[in-house]
Amino acid sequence: MKLKIKNGRLIDPANNIDRNTDLFIADGRVVAIGNAPEGFADSGAMGVIDAGGCVVCPGLVDLSARLREPGYEYKATLESEMAAAAEGGVTSLACPPDTDPPLDEPGLVEMLKHRARLPEFAKVYPVGALTVKLDGKHITEMAELAEAGCVAFSQATVPVLDTQVMLRAMQYAATFDYPVWLSAQDPYLARNGVAHDGEVAARLGLTGIPVAAETTALGTLLLLAQETGVRLHITRISSSAGLDMVRIAREQGISVTCDVAATHLHLSDHDIGFFNPHARLNPPLRSLRDRDALRTGLANGVVDALCSDHTPVDDDGKQMPFDEAEAGATGLELLLPLALKWGNEMKLPLLDTLAKVTSIPARLLGIDGGNLAVGAPADVCIFDPEAEFRVSRENLRSQGKNTPFLGHMLGGRVRYTLIDGVLAHDGSWA
Amino acid sequence: MNTTNPQLNKHGELQHLLTIEGLPRDVITRILDTAAPFTELVHQEEKKLPLLRGKSVFNLFFENSTRTRTTFEIAAKRLSADVINLNINTSSTAKGETLLDTVDNLAAMQADMFVVRHASSGAPFLIAQHLAATKQDHIRVVNAGDGRHAHPTQGLLDMYTIRHYKKDFTKLTVAIVGDILHSRVARSQIHALSTLGVPEIRAIAPKTLIPTAAERMGVKVFHDMREGLKGVDVVMMLRLQNERMLGALLPSPQEYFKNYGLTPEKLALAKPDAIVMHPGPMNRGVEIDSAVADGGQAVILPQVTFGIAVRMAVMSMLAGN
Repeated sequence: MKLKIKNGRLIDPANNIDRNTDLFIADGRVVAIGNAPEGFADSGAMGVIDAGGCVVCPGLVDLSARLREPGYEYKATLESEMAAAAEGGVTSLACPPDTDPPLDEPGLVEMLKHRARLPEFAKVYPVGALTVKLDGKHITEMAELAEAGCVAFSQATVPVLDTQVMLRAMQYAATFDYPVWLSAQDPYLARNGVAHDGEVAARLGLTGIPVAAETTALGTLLLLAQETGVRLHITRISSSAGLDMVRIAREQGISVTCDVAATHLHLSDHDIGFFNPHARLNPPLRSLRDRDALRTGLANGVVDALCSDHTPVDDDGKQMPFDEAEAGATGLELLLPLALKWGNEMKLPLLDTLAKVTSIPARLLGIDGGNLAVGAPADVCIFDPEAEFRVSRENLRSQGKNTPFLGHMLGGRVRYTLIDGVLAHDGSWA
Repeated sequence: MNTTNPQLNKHGELQHLLTIEGLPRDVITRILDTAAPFTELVHQEEKKLPLLRGKSVFNLFFENSTRTRTTFEIAAKRLSADVINLNINTSSTAKGETLLDTVDNLAAMQADMFVVRHASSGAPFLIAQHLAATKQDHIRVVNAGDGRHAHPTQGLLDMYTIRHYKKDFTKLTVAIVGDILHSRVARSQIHALSTLGVPEIRAIAPKTLIPTAAERMGVKVFHDMREGLKGVDVVMMLRLQNERMLGALLPSPQEYFKNYGLTPEKLALAKPDAIVMHPGPMNRGVEIDSAVADGGQAVILPQVTFGIAVRMAVMSMLAGN
């Protein structure tokens, strides 16, 4: 199958391309930019997509999307969440290991990859469990898991209390140069906490999670990373102080990267309003000052990548008093609009904005993707940057309708999503 | 959604009573004014008024509280309402029924008012928002204490008490002493006092019992009780829960009493005509010395009496009187 995408504005951050030009695809790969390769139109059927008025960019690479399989199919299924990914222009995603059972055995990873193998499904990159059952005690068979398809190892948001186990796990991962992805939150300082420990929590009578929960945990992780030389990636950094620590660690030569969730770029603890359970997130939404530091940090590269931290939760899990509600927000379909909103507000070139959700996360995952160079997989997102839409339960494809952005107007609508040249989403009617 | 307070309708009228925060001064004043004649009722032969006749008030207590439940029950009965008491501690939730399922079931029994006590901050908001979303918001919600968040009728009865003894709020210095971090009463008192124009509100407690960013709520924080009590007109004591007394928050009740217990000697630092309040039940010898609790400056029992009148006022206003 051959495809010509014409009249679009091609933006490929990995190759520093931003110009109006055509893209040619054959056999699932990019074959040319600008002019058709010789003989392209001569034989076989050729599809044409008119991308007039649209941006043509690499499919988005999301560093954290919970698909809820196995174990939590009542919250979401692979089918529902893959539809959401396609709707959102996401063509590759990493899924954290906090499924039930956790992704701690090669068989589970193989099953997930097998279930996700359909051509119109985004490419799934499982992040394996760092410890068996995420128990924080026994390290997993990382080499076996890597062979089964795991791209990194993580505890999701489950802490490892025993620092010696953490040291050993990092040493073992470093032996094979596997990246370790960890969230930084001290479970004792965060005990019973449901919101940033600040003015809003004080006013609403919610148990606070102090910034020190992030910084003390981060201090331990950074020092152990320095000790072991492991490639450490901090997931969902949330505070200005935490960001400073990552910056300083990097200046000292520690191998550390980090990401931020799209919700945290736009919202603060003030968005809890009158106990809106959709604003119950983990880590918590922090102060406006923290939010501003995350926005600047992502722009200047201290924060490497932006992810959705997609966490579909069923209504029963959210229609509860704030402190009993399950944490998390659905996000696959909002990653691009929220990235664009941030980039616009920061007055960044579109190319720089898109790098945070394409080329950079692809590099962190170590995958062949996130760019549109000749020979690259034809994972493409074609979106209309001017089209606005209102976020509503009805127009979310994800089974999770839980987002603090319900009712918000956002710009940037995906018209087409291609995965290895296969049309996964056709929103051209919209 | 969740960005506007559901307790006021678009005309600014009281729909539910969920928190004192954001209540306009004139609404608070109207509640206190409405309560005033109800305090006289107790001296009459016939203590009942027909203002809630035919209405069903459901006391939904998801957390135990005999005292608060009883005062609401008395208030509703004096207004001639039918009162149904439900202690839902864990009985329903243990069976897997969600909070909102419980609410829908009781709404189907033609409730007119829910008086809600819940261990989670914000639970009455969830109920009010749910009633609005399901077009059942003819049912009124009164927050009878939610987690650490608010206890608005307690805050209002405290204001009634202060007004009774001190008349003018705008010249007062008020000290709130004790476990402010975990206290819904303190939060409601702080909002009420600042809305009514009290120029100086002091919070006195060790650092473990003061919320982060307490100053942002408009209070002046003191860790030295003697310093904090100097020249105050009103001392509002808070109850220290048993489970806080031993552990990482406080070393022992004895040490707490030594530093933060209200004794006659410490009270002498306040103005000579200062009043002493307590929401009850008191821990004598922990937060308050018996000599003070039973002394001439204590207005703790009048608080209880005024509490019934204030709750009558709230319920009758919500019922549209």
